[in-house]
Amino acid sequence: MVTLEHYLILSGFMFVTGVVGVLTRRNAIVVFMSIELMLNSANLTFVAYSSFLGNVIGQLFVFFVMAVAAAEAAVGLAILIAIYRNKATLNIDEINILKW
Amino acid sequence: MNLTSTDYLNILPLLLVGAGILISLTVEMYSKKSVGFLSWFSFLLHLLVAYYSLYTVNNVSSVFGGMMGTGGTVNIFYFIFNFGAAIVALLSMDYIKKAEIYFGEYYILLQSAVLGMMLMASATDLVMVFIGLELMSICFYVLAGFQRKNVRSNEASLKYFLLGSFTTGFIVYGMALIYGASGSLNIQSIFSMLSAESTPILFYVGTLLFIIGFCFKIAAFPFHMWVPDVYQGAPTSVTAMMSTIGKAAAFSALLLIMLPLIGSKNPQTFTPLFTVLSAASMIFGSIVALAQTDIKRMLAYSSIAHAGYMLIGLAAANDTGASGIVFYLAAYAFMNLGAFGIVSLIEGNGDTEGTIESYAGLSDRNPLLAGLLALFMFTLSGLPPFAGFFGKYYVFIASLEAGNVWIAVLGALSSAISAYFYLRIIVVMYFRKSDVASDNIITESHTSLLGIVISAILVIMMGLTPGSIVRLINSF
Repeated sequence: MVTLEHYLILSGFMFVTGVVGVLTRRNAIVVFMSIELMLNSANLTFVAYSSFLGNVIGQLFVFFVMAVAAAEAAVGLAILIAIYRNKATLNIDEINILKW
Repeated sequence: MNLTSTDYLNILPLLLVGAGILISLTVEMYSKKSVGFLSWFSFLLHLLVAYYSLYTVNNVSSVFGGMMGTGGTVNIFYFIFNFGAAIVALLSMDYIKKAEIYFGEYYILLQSAVLGMMLMASATDLVMVFIGLELMSICFYVLAGFQRKNVRSNEASLKYFLLGSFTTGFIVYGMALIYGASGSLNIQSIFSMLSAESTPILFYVGTLLFIIGFCFKIAAFPFHMWVPDVYQGAPTSVTAMMSTIGKAAAFSALLLIMLPLIGSKNPQTFTPLFTVLSAASMIFGSIVALAQTDIKRMLAYSSIAHAGYMLIGLAAANDTGASGIVFYLAAYAFMNLGAFGIVSLIEGNGDTEGTIESYAGLSDRNPLLAGLLALFMFTLSGLPPFAGFFGKYYVFIASLEAGNVWIAVLGALSSAISAYFYLRIIVVMYFRKSDVASDNIITESHTSLLGIVISAILVIMMGLTPGSIVRLINSF
């Protein structure tokens, strides 16, 4: 029997994986993938609660999150292409003209 | 859920900006030489919407089945965003030629970002907060990297994008937990939870994640890492916009979750958190700004410190604090727009850094700009009788009313520290001879000057009649 707790533990694990990925990985694309993981863990939480509470608002929110994540991916990859054309690297340790 | 004609009048500011975006897109599509038209079009559009918002400020209502509110504080935020955007349009007209980003898309993104801010300020539902926030943020990511041949601009954009969407992850996960704990996304029904007998721990975790996310957006310590880099690397007119009305928009969302708390059983639920964040931001921002040599980085650290002062108002969690923050945001928006406007005129076109040293002898070369910059520095440091002083005054009073004395004392101390780096610019401008006068050609721009003068007039006016403005904000 899969209960709400299972979903929440899975989504919490996904969220933490995403946060750790953002903080430790150095390739900008991998960092971006980790961020997508964080957004998807939120989606899973929404859907799980929506089903558990018998309330569709949570599932509606997920559609908005997916649409926005797609828009963000488009802009993000465009930024990565622009920076790759100028610097030929996506390692965020080497993108450091401005002091962190 | 049918909209009546009154509802249409109440959401007219949003409709106007939305229609403006569509018109700009169409015009830009058919004529690549329309940049000049688009700049004046956005200026007039935002000015019109600002006027209309203030004119209908009393029409408090709820539209779209409780998804959005109009009137009252919402319209005051509309006014701040749109008037600020009108000034940004003025500042941009000649700057974007100098920065080689003379494209019509600039103004379309500017208008879209303002629409996002307006949606965020009027939201009464977490879905609207999320959509407004993302509409604003995505436009800002693009605008920050608008000089796509310039490595600095690329880097600013990348850092803003990665940390901004990281933040979005926190905010959405926080919203998911809040939804799970309360079974609703409507802010009023969520916060009626707090009056219940026991509030689930999940609710607090969700709200904490939500607040952390927005602390990134308002640039509070310790979530400030992106601020100096992005402010320095982005085109100056864009920096002017995101440091002023962008910050105001993020604060409007934080106020949204704080306002329902004020009337509730324990309004001070988040006071300890906000107090610590505010103390850390004020002290960190003021001290690190002392060491900066680049004026845009210095203004970035000062922006962190100002976020700290505004958080004092949130920590107080009373009506005085809420109206104090709105007043402070308006004052901060106009003084910072003016200061960045002057920076955009003085900085070279190329990779030259806008060092504070390049302001040496400005009083001889251009007495008017030097005088205006001195005015903005005085008001940023919080000297009376300008708007900046009253902004700080109201949040400090709010915190004394809430019995939180030491944070007000710390705020006053931090203002004293910050006076040093603001006044240093005045000293450099007036008392130091310029060594390299020839390579610092000040851009001639009547429109930018007009924008700067309008900001200066507003800063002085808000300093002369602060009471009536705060009474207007308080009456809702």
